Amino acid sequence: MSGQDSTVTQLLGQTPSQTVGPFFAYGLTPQQYGYDWVSIAGGDMADEATPGDRITLEGQVFDGAGKPIADAMIEIWQADGTGAFATEQGRNTRFTGFGRVGTGMLGDGLFRFTTVKPGVSVAGEAPHINIIVTMRGLLMHAFTRVYFDGDARNDMDPVLAQVPPERRGTLLARKTSPGTWRFDIHMQGDAETVFFDL
Amino acid sequence: MVKLLNPRDFSSQPGYLDSGYRSTALRGPTKPLIPIRGVSLAAPVYGHDRIAPGDADLTVNGRKEGEPQGERIIVTGRVLDENGRPLANTLVEIWQANAAGRYIHVVDQHAAPLDPNFFGGGRCVTDEQGRYRFLTIKPGAYPWGNHFNAWRPNHIHFSLFGHQFGQRLVTQMYFPGDPLLLLDPIYLGVPAKSRERMVAQFSIDVTEEGYALGYVFDIVLRGENAAIWETHG
Ligand SMILES: [Fe+3]
Repeated sequence: MSGQDSTVTQLLGQTPSQTVGPFFAYGLTPQQYGYDWVSIAGGDMADEATPGDRITLEGQVFDGAGKPIADAMIEIWQADGTGAFATEQGRNTRFTGFGRVGTGMLGDGLFRFTTVKPGVSVAGEAPHINIIVTMRGLLMHAFTRVYFDGDARNDMDPVLAQVPPERRGTLLARKTSPGTWRFDIHMQGDAETVFFDL
Repeated sequence: MVKLLNPRDFSSQPGYLDSGYRSTALRGPTKPLIPIRGVSLAAPVYGHDRIAPGDADLTVNGRKEGEPQGERIIVTGRVLDENGRPLANTLVEIWQANAAGRYIHVVDQHAAPLDPNFFGGGRCVTDEQGRYRFLTIKPGAYPWGNHFNAWRPNHIHFSLFGHQFGQRLVTQMYFPGDPLLLLDPIYLGVPAKSRERMVAQFSIDVTEEGYALGYVFDIVLRGENAAIWETHG
């Protein structure tokens, strides 16, 4: 057919989001919770062959009353230490850059990933990790990013630049011991984490 | 090169704070989202190799000593973007209650029986036409603590990645004609005009003679930006 109008006049309607609910663990994070079902991803992401500095990224998710949330799911997606994202065809280590954990197994709603500090994948950006947060009581997932406190490149990052200065600190992980970075997520309150519309 | 996505259509989406769904009160973000347009990022790479062909048959994947109880159903459909283009090779994960309305999750204490032969989790990757297909058991309704006499309609939880990070979707599929739908704050949290997009259609064509009723549930994710949309004319 020729002469087709290049304008898309009618889009299909986007399927609405719903909460992940309280019972996702056996389906989405089964091995972590001890169910007999292989997980597609977990919190232990990097091995010796993964390029980059090994780090632990851990934290808690807090509700508006300051209480840790023990039924959230945290997914992270990141580049390796060279700034390269894995592709389905191209990966040659166990590291995919994708991690997924629930907050119900370590106590007090703690989550933990063992991974590598990402490199820079787009010139001018600062190293960061993409995060998706879902939980009971959240009707649509929330998207945020973790940057690394003290990294000089943060000052030039174009996404951080779009965040009001007084809220940028909510996107910074802080070093608590060598190789361990702490990133807490606050769903509400004065320290409410910045969530993005990507 | 990943193309830019159309914006999320917030007029079709639930809000973060919903007076009917009580758990949102302390968990939904209260500050406006900060738009970061111009960021394109591929969907996560996960362990494709960890998905087994049998993972899409929930009538089999939890068997210990026999068949699970309940009504067998077929749930199939396509994953499309807004432009109607099928999304091939994309992950679809589901989880659900058993026929009695009980999840295998240890925290589910609803006084309905577990089924030793039903696990309730499944997953598959879409084919070249964006199609997925699950065999499962129709999930039962179950009570929850949101308000007096609160019951969740029959539903199957869905999790999808799409081809881009921004297409991520977690949703629930409902069944046509369910009288609980219009009493359910989670379903009602979605604006009226788009609620029925979460309701599967019964299909006699998908239904298999002597075996199971069939339901079709198409899922639409954000599409690539119309401004750089190519037509093949
Ligand atoms: Fe449910």
